[in-house]
Amino acid sequence: MSRTLQAPVTVAFDYTRSTGPVIGRFLTGLKQATIVGGRLSDGRVAVPPPEYDPVSHQAVTEFVELPDTGTVTSWTWVSEPVAGQPSESAFAYALITIDGADTPWLHAVDVASPDDISTGMRVRARWAAERTGAVTDLVFVPDDGTTSADRPTEPDAEEVSRIITPVSLDYRYAASPEESSFFRGLAEGRILGQRCPKCRKVYVPPRGACPTDGVPTSEEVELSDVGTVTTFCVVNVPFMGQKIKPPYVSAYVLLDGADIALQHLILEIPAEEVRMGMRVKAVWKPREEWGTSIENISHFAPTGEPDADFDTYKHHL
Amino acid sequence: MRDVAVVGFAQRQMKDFDGSPSMAELLVPILGECYEQTGWQKKDIGFWCSGSSDYLAGRSFSFVSAIDAIGVLPPVNESHVEMDAAWALYEAWLKIQTGEVDTALVFGFGKASAGVLRRTLALQLDPYTMTPLWPDTVCLAALQARLGLDAGLWDENALAEVVNRSLTDAEKNEYAVRAGGSSVEELLARPMFADPLRKHDCAPVTDGAAAIVLAAGDRAREANQRPAWISGIAHSSDGLHLGTRDLTTSGSAERAAAAVGGTDGVQIAELHAPFSHQELVLRSALGLGEDVRLNPSGGALAANPMFSAGAIRIGEAAKKIWDGTADKVLGHATSGPALQQNLVCVMEGR
Amino acid sequence: MSKTPAAVIGIGQTHHRAKREDVSMAGLCREAMDRALEDAGLTLDEVDAIVIGKAPDLFEGVMMPELYLAEALGAAGKPLMRVHTAGSVGGSTAIVASSLVQAGVHKRVLTVAFEKQSESNAMWALSVPVPFVMPVHAGAGGYFAPHVRSYIRRSEAPSHIGAIVAAKDRNNALKNPYAHLHSEGTTVESVLASQMLWDPIHYDETCPSSDGACAMVIAAEDVAKTYEAPAWIHGTVMRSEPTSAAERDQVNPQAGREAAAALWKATGITDPAREIDCAEIYVPFAWFEPMWIENLGFAPEGAGWKLTEAGETALDGSLPINMSGGVLSSNPIGASGMLRFAEAALQVRGRAGEHQVDGARRALGHAYGGGSQFFSMWVVGAEPPSN
Repeated sequence: MSRTLQAPVTVAFDYTRSTGPVIGRFLTGLKQATIVGGRLSDGRVAVPPPEYDPVSHQAVTEFVELPDTGTVTSWTWVSEPVAGQPSESAFAYALITIDGADTPWLHAVDVASPDDISTGMRVRARWAAERTGAVTDLVFVPDDGTTSADRPTEPDAEEVSRIITPVSLDYRYAASPEESSFFRGLAEGRILGQRCPKCRKVYVPPRGACPTDGVPTSEEVELSDVGTVTTFCVVNVPFMGQKIKPPYVSAYVLLDGADIALQHLILEIPAEEVRMGMRVKAVWKPREEWGTSIENISHFAPTGEPDADFDTYKHHL
Repeated sequence: MRDVAVVGFAQRQMKDFDGSPSMAELLVPILGECYEQTGWQKKDIGFWCSGSSDYLAGRSFSFVSAIDAIGVLPPVNESHVEMDAAWALYEAWLKIQTGEVDTALVFGFGKASAGVLRRTLALQLDPYTMTPLWPDTVCLAALQARLGLDAGLWDENALAEVVNRSLTDAEKNEYAVRAGGSSVEELLARPMFADPLRKHDCAPVTDGAAAIVLAAGDRAREANQRPAWISGIAHSSDGLHLGTRDLTTSGSAERAAAAVGGTDGVQIAELHAPFSHQELVLRSALGLGEDVRLNPSGGALAANPMFSAGAIRIGEAAKKIWDGTADKVLGHATSGPALQQNLVCVMEGR
Repeated sequence: MSKTPAAVIGIGQTHHRAKREDVSMAGLCREAMDRALEDAGLTLDEVDAIVIGKAPDLFEGVMMPELYLAEALGAAGKPLMRVHTAGSVGGSTAIVASSLVQAGVHKRVLTVAFEKQSESNAMWALSVPVPFVMPVHAGAGGYFAPHVRSYIRRSEAPSHIGAIVAAKDRNNALKNPYAHLHSEGTTVESVLASQMLWDPIHYDETCPSSDGACAMVIAAEDVAKTYEAPAWIHGTVMRSEPTSAAERDQVNPQAGREAAAALWKATGITDPAREIDCAEIYVPFAWFEPMWIENLGFAPEGAGWKLTEAGETALDGSLPINMSGGVLSSNPIGASGMLRFAEAALQVRGRAGEHQVDGARRALGHAYGGGSQFFSMWVVGAEPPSN
């Protein structure tokens, strides 16, 4: 058994980006199969156009339509591409100075091997048939002399002011060793806290570092699955990813024997009847659904005992 | 300016940390070592500052539970930068300079192995015109390396010599995740990874954390018999866009070195060069002559824990003052693609 | 060692909106920066260093966006720092910028904080699923609503206090041309009639999600003295405590209490309610006004709501709070803390326009973040600091 519990997690969102006028002009150009540079205050032409002039710091407002050919000024061979790159098999990234521009542009060059690319090589754009107004609308290929013969045109393409950029990253998440013992306990239907060797408080879940003392919690304490609602809110609002139909209660439950409350759901009672101090008991999912997760506990439900006195839990608010 | 010194330093570096991305459990023994070195406790520290990244951890506010490692009740005077801990050290140095505090402990941490590091770092680029192509950091460095090769500023042998020296030195560093020198010929016989760079030209993906203790005047002398007095610390930034700067040199490193009054007399320098050719760029930009001993720790080519590797360079350099090996040393940190930001910290023994 | 006195000599902010689709991230920052520079009569080239702050990078999907923004923000060639201390970041960023001046390192520092929340969804970015752990099932306000309930129970405050705060702040926002929400006719009754989202929190008692930025120029004494109305920095403070700890007081957090106490001590203030002329504090949910009044020491524990109920925190009250309309009217998260700090500075400069408090000479700017565990604050004054 590994020291810690681990699981994959994907962090993914399709970001909506408003481009502003300069990047918008550049991306609109790409949609039209045209490379647009920006003229800087010192007379140079930069591709892509910077939003603000590096010298005068003013917004760049003068644009220059350039040919879709250029020269490789540096390159590298991507022997092991990662997800999202312009090619799934090995390819080249290059710094390409577009004809008429003074600064290089980072882009991909589609060649079969590193022997097919060199500094000083002439390249031209190979445009996608369907263009959205993004840097992925083209890749560069060696210029065979028939420049732009097959270059598409779409001069009246709609202006680009907004792009969607998907960002999806895969991570392997690990719990700390202390948390891992807690989650493994749950898989056996046990709630395992740990006591801090210094302040003697019982933490559930246990901690890699007691937040008061900065030392790991250590001494294992098996806790009851009965506790007291310290405070709560009634969720009436629907939101992204919600699993239960509102209204319902999200509460802090202080398990008997613990010194810190857990956040969990209170069900089997109308939301308006939930009270601070109410005594509740864990309702476990059927055993065959258990995993190494706090979600083995479906929710908490009232025990029917009298409410706890405010003084017994007020220091947990 | 107040006299401020590096008086404590502890680190952990490894290929694959199996614990949580907040790394609190890894920071606990590191802070413990700092207390042991200085004879201090938590209450002796006036200011805390850390460096880390949410994207490295894969979640927002990844730094908030890291401070549990301090034990933060009663509450502490604390800050955080989304940068290498070398810049956290800079913020702490400022705080001491304001006179508000006399001591500070800074730390950095990062679990790069949780994701695909070179892909994650594509998110550092221009989100409109670069990131959609997902250019990874290794490729950007490779483009930089070729510019220097083409211009005749360095050659393959020079890169291999940097690697060979680093990996040979790394044999004596218990925290190195890559070590073992061979020969220039043997290194050059290995396959390309991101032509013109081979794998050994690129820092290994490393998990790790580190902490440094700073103190002013008498507090420094109380904690360390031979404190590493900071005689100059400064940093500067270049633009990110590759077309707007000369990648074969480093303007920001030059400016940082100028801001600390130059590097004359530096005997040992720990440079944060995650790629072999970048050591050559930095050596020249920082004005470090051939007589300056570089990266006796093995440097970033031996271990490069994101968000603490820069601070580790400062800590490694300070150790050479503490043990009397040198009287004047330099620690350097970098951040961003292709050496975009650079920080220089010159320390002296007195 | 005495620090170099420092003052705010330029302030700028964007028009805050749910979606600023007319600008890029750089454009958003520059809108605030250019206003701050114009206010200070400086160009970007005259600035020595730039300190930038924002909340989690997942909001915009760019890792350390200050790197790609460096050229657009005029930071190429200069020292550039990036601060991130959760919701308090706007305040912390201003404090780091101040310390660059107070330490004697730089003369003129530009600081900017921003958030372009419309690029993603804040609730998504703040609750990326963590394996093995229970999703909170509560959404954004669900984290804070239980603590509001605890406050009400402890203080025995009447249930309409939050509505008084919300109505006041929304009406103050009508006087602030930069505010995101301009909700005419907000009353205690209309707030109480709005949907109960996270009982005990009503819809109108919650903050919006905004795109926006704020910037300030902070200068050393010799530079600031040449300006007509600098806002002198009298004291700054930051304190942190754990997100969750056994018996941690989440209603009246120790870090906030100790930060305030340290700030009053550093600025020689013995009776803050009397000596502070107005306060701009971080109130994303209306009930946090009375909670922070107590936490800051403006009123004894349990009595903060009485100031609110008596109208003392209104623009014409004895302790005006959130003159700008506050976080309840504009909330670009990363910039929200700096907007609080900037409003305090505007007030003591006498430049707050329609929401100016008459004769404001000393003001508090306050920010907090995370689950009420990170605090940053400053006191600014019309006179140079005496300490």
